[in-house]
Amino acid sequence: MKLWNDFTNGIIKENPTLRLVLGTCPTLAVTTAVFNGIGMGIAATAVLIGSNLIISMINKIVPNEVRIPIYVVVIATFVTAVQMLIKAYSPALDSALGIFIPLIVVNCIILARAESFASKNPPLNSIMDGLGMGIGFTLALLIMSSIREILGAGTFLGRPIFGAGFEPALILILPPGGFLIFGLTIALVNKLTEKKA
Amino acid sequence: MKLVIILLSAIFVNNFVLSRFLGICPFLGVSKKVETAVGMGLAVTFVMALASVMTWIVQILVLDVLGIAYLQTIAFILVIAGLVQFVEMVIKKTSPTLYQALGVYLPLITTNCAVLGVAILNIDEGYNLVETLINGIGGALGFTLAIVLFAGIRERLETAPYPKALEGFPIALITASLMSIAFLGFSGLL
Repeated sequence: MKLWNDFTNGIIKENPTLRLVLGTCPTLAVTTAVFNGIGMGIAATAVLIGSNLIISMINKIVPNEVRIPIYVVVIATFVTAVQMLIKAYSPALDSALGIFIPLIVVNCIILARAESFASKNPPLNSIMDGLGMGIGFTLALLIMSSIREILGAGTFLGRPIFGAGFEPALILILPPGGFLIFGLTIALVNKLTEKKA
Repeated sequence: MKLVIILLSAIFVNNFVLSRFLGICPFLGVSKKVETAVGMGLAVTFVMALASVMTWIVQILVLDVLGIAYLQTIAFILVIAGLVQFVEMVIKKTSPTLYQALGVYLPLITTNCAVLGVAILNIDEGYNLVETLINGIGGALGFTLAIVLFAGIRERLETAPYPKALEGFPIALITASLMSIAFLGFSGLL
């Protein structure tokens, strides 16, 4: 039961992107297309699970004063591995995400979970927490990239979904649209959860 | 001439915050007051200029020579973390007043993705040492410009009436969106 709570916590209650507003840079930058959003979500989830697992295993032997640099090195190692895998298996995703793959290192979601969850909990719970947070992040990216791609380019996963007469709102896949849709999505989540409470 | 273009492009056309989406966390987090925004901007400028040069040297003299370019991410983040720690110690020793003003924001710069971002971009673009320095300074000035302007607007927003659901981050992001539209106007400049 505790494991299940750790898992669902990141998806809705403490959704890293929409509730805690962490990891904003990749959220804004890669959500121009659904494919990129899902790719980034999966990459970050993989890093999150790996780093959470290792950090929860080594937390007893890491001296408290130097824990942050050690966490960063653990995270950077997993990011490098993910970066190589993406380069090898999906060159298209590699060129679409560009420098935002190495920048997963400084995605605050990952360090925040390492510090606030994985360093205090056993490995199995940490894996569930990483998986839940990763899915929450991916879901947020999926919502935002769907809105931006459908309205801004008139396609979904690259396939046109409107007739030839549709004039896409180009601004939504440009930087201003990223800020706007992110702001409105958070506002909508606030509005919906406010009523429930 | 090329240096001027790199500088202007980093400040206005490819503004780090508003068109490259780098350094959004401090941009949203430390922009409630103009004073703190200026302090954060200065600290970031200093670290970004230094980090650009340091990581460039590490890339050329260590990673390329030893043929271990795949360790770039790990090496760069360690250089930046060390640099931030070092800058913090130096400022603490030499200028306690500046340290008081920046204190809280200094350690946060390690996780500012603009710093790691500029380091990687410099290598990807194949800049030489001088171009790297200019790009680092330009990017940081662009960050400072954006965060100070943004803080000025947010100070006025405090008293503005808007729907409750927009409170906090949403209204800030919508403001950033409007600023970003203004910066799109620079795209024809160069």
